[in-house]
Amino acid sequence: MTQDNLNFIFIGISFALYVGIAIKSRAGSTEEYYTAGGGVSPLANGMATAADWMSAATFISMAGTVALSGYDASRFLMGWTGGFVLLTILMVPYLRKFGKATVPDFVGDRYYSKLARAVAVGCAIFICMTYIMGQMRGVGVVFSQLFGISITSGVIIGGTIVFFYAGLGGMKGITYTQVAQYSVMAFAYTIPAIFIAMALTGNVIPQLGLIGNYTADAEVVPFFQKLNNINLELGFQEYTSGKLSKINMFCITAALMCGTAGLPHVIVRFFTVKNVGAVRKSACWTLLFIAVIYLTAPAIGAFSRVNLIQTLHQTSYTDAPTWFKDFEATAQMAWVDKNGDGKIQYFGPAKSDLNSNSVFQGKAPSYPMYDAPEGQRIGAFGQRLLANKADGSNPNELWFGNDIMVMANPHMAGLPMWVIALLMAGCIAAALSTAAGLLLVLSTSISHDLMKKIIKPDISDLEEVRYARFASFVALAVAVYFGINPPSQFIAKTVAFAFGLAASSFFPTLLMGIFSKRMNRAGAISGMLSGILFTFGYITYFQFLDGTPDQYFLGITPEGIGFVGMLINFAVAFVVSSFTPEPPQEVQDMVEQIHIPSGAGDASHH
Amino acid sequence: MKVDHPYAHRRACLKIVFSLLTVWFAVSFGCGILFREWLDANAPQVGNAPFGFWMAQQGSILCFVLLLVIYAVLMNRLDAKHGYTEGK
Repeated sequence: MTQDNLNFIFIGISFALYVGIAIKSRAGSTEEYYTAGGGVSPLANGMATAADWMSAATFISMAGTVALSGYDASRFLMGWTGGFVLLTILMVPYLRKFGKATVPDFVGDRYYSKLARAVAVGCAIFICMTYIMGQMRGVGVVFSQLFGISITSGVIIGGTIVFFYAGLGGMKGITYTQVAQYSVMAFAYTIPAIFIAMALTGNVIPQLGLIGNYTADAEVVPFFQKLNNINLELGFQEYTSGKLSKINMFCITAALMCGTAGLPHVIVRFFTVKNVGAVRKSACWTLLFIAVIYLTAPAIGAFSRVNLIQTLHQTSYTDAPTWFKDFEATAQMAWVDKNGDGKIQYFGPAKSDLNSNSVFQGKAPSYPMYDAPEGQRIGAFGQRLLANKADGSNPNELWFGNDIMVMANPHMAGLPMWVIALLMAGCIAAALSTAAGLLLVLSTSISHDLMKKIIKPDISDLEEVRYARFASFVALAVAVYFGINPPSQFIAKTVAFAFGLAASSFFPTLLMGIFSKRMNRAGAISGMLSGILFTFGYITYFQFLDGTPDQYFLGITPEGIGFVGMLINFAVAFVVSSFTPEPPQEVQDMVEQIHIPSGAGDASHH
Repeated sequence: MKVDHPYAHRRACLKIVFSLLTVWFAVSFGCGILFREWLDANAPQVGNAPFGFWMAQQGSILCFVLLLVIYAVLMNRLDAKHGYTEGK
């Protein structure tokens, strides 16, 4: 049995499972379409939310980011888990009590304003759209590698599958599919980690191996000491200390946390459970399931970094393992023999005067056309040659993408073929589950918040679901288009946008709406607009126009500016609301009501 | 069953929220970022990992999970005390 056949079998089985579940639990009514009828158990909802939350990018690149930047990557680890604490204790129990299907619904009703609702819809659509583009691209890349087809056909196949069960199945369909997808992801992520932990540290549990000893050499040393030594020797930053400034690190972590707590596609997941008590339980399960992956990522990152360097550094190309050549063929790794000695050398920025370790000019490797003369395509040692010019200012010869730490991990550790097949199935599960969840929020934003609440209030339930399905088709078509033609570096940069906007718009607006009776329409709208405009302007200036790093406000990078935008939102909202009339009595009563956790809250008035 | 004015419930609830948020801030921003260097150098190591670094990559996440469990238990108990528990 070859690896390809095994991959097909694993992915085929998992697909059959997803489609079977989707058909069995497809939605009949708008209730079921938007919130699965409110009857999902806390455990199932927790698993589904975890699958929804962890995108293909998290699954594939997170460990690689940790491996590359060591301590600095903690901002993602803390930011994307700590946000759930805010989400759970400040937001979702109250929003669930409010009892509407979407986030713009709350904003519109709480601030008694169509404009506020429209701004919220716009933000929700923008956030989900930027996310889903990346997912479609991810699906396409995995499919193209697996089946040897072009990325274009990969994206189209992935899009069709997502449409089939998200567009048709609604929230109910995708929730139960995501439960299955989480299980696949969790096994696919942790099993390779266990194997590599045993190989390097002799410990079965990766998290214990990480704080234990490195035992693969004759000399037993603490694992982190080994890793720090390797890093310093090769000219990298010490692994356990960072190079980001403290204020920047603080702001990025805070922006990611508050952004997480304001992401509409995460919030709506908690509308699927029965009552407020179940929301709290469900949030515990969600974070627990997410923690399983997030606690493993630092271990995978650290282990595979040691493994990769031990295997490749100063190894001659002709002796390099076959998986290196496989990843070279798919453009995920590249070697430029700068000194012509036939050996692979891997060095950090400290080995050059310019503080850079770029292997070649440009961001990603490009290759000569297939019909170019052989001498331009294949080098003296049989390596794949690049079309990029070599960067002669430093001695580093090895390039690899962030995804290699997860993808190559089983190969490096010499794991059995079925583990690799499982990993492939896990990647696809991660991408599909997130894309489906986002698609649902996009389609409800358009059909419910835009059509029903703003443009055409008199449509029936049935028509609304029809609009939702149609909207999901259009949204998916747009996402597929951008998946095939990514606007160059756009997708990576828009992550800053999505979190920055969520942190500077939804998070403060929802928080004030829940906890302040005094906050009124004028305050909320002016706060939201100033927060968004500041964040949007700052990110655009530095990411797309000609802003340079020395112009950063207090040294804060665009990733972290959402935190400052959030503070501006709070400040403006409070100042404006204190000069304008307080909200109508029924809105103030509503705020009182959402703090009473039971549905029959009135009974307690005596 | 004792039934209070909703404000008593709300005050107790805010107290829980603020104490949990204090812990949340201390374990993540406090240990993981603001006082990391000091903790790396002075606090006892976790296994073989420096304390601040370990908090940033592992400890804080474990604490977050614990915080949510504590929140669910305390709040459900508070709801029961004030007569807000729903059937089933």
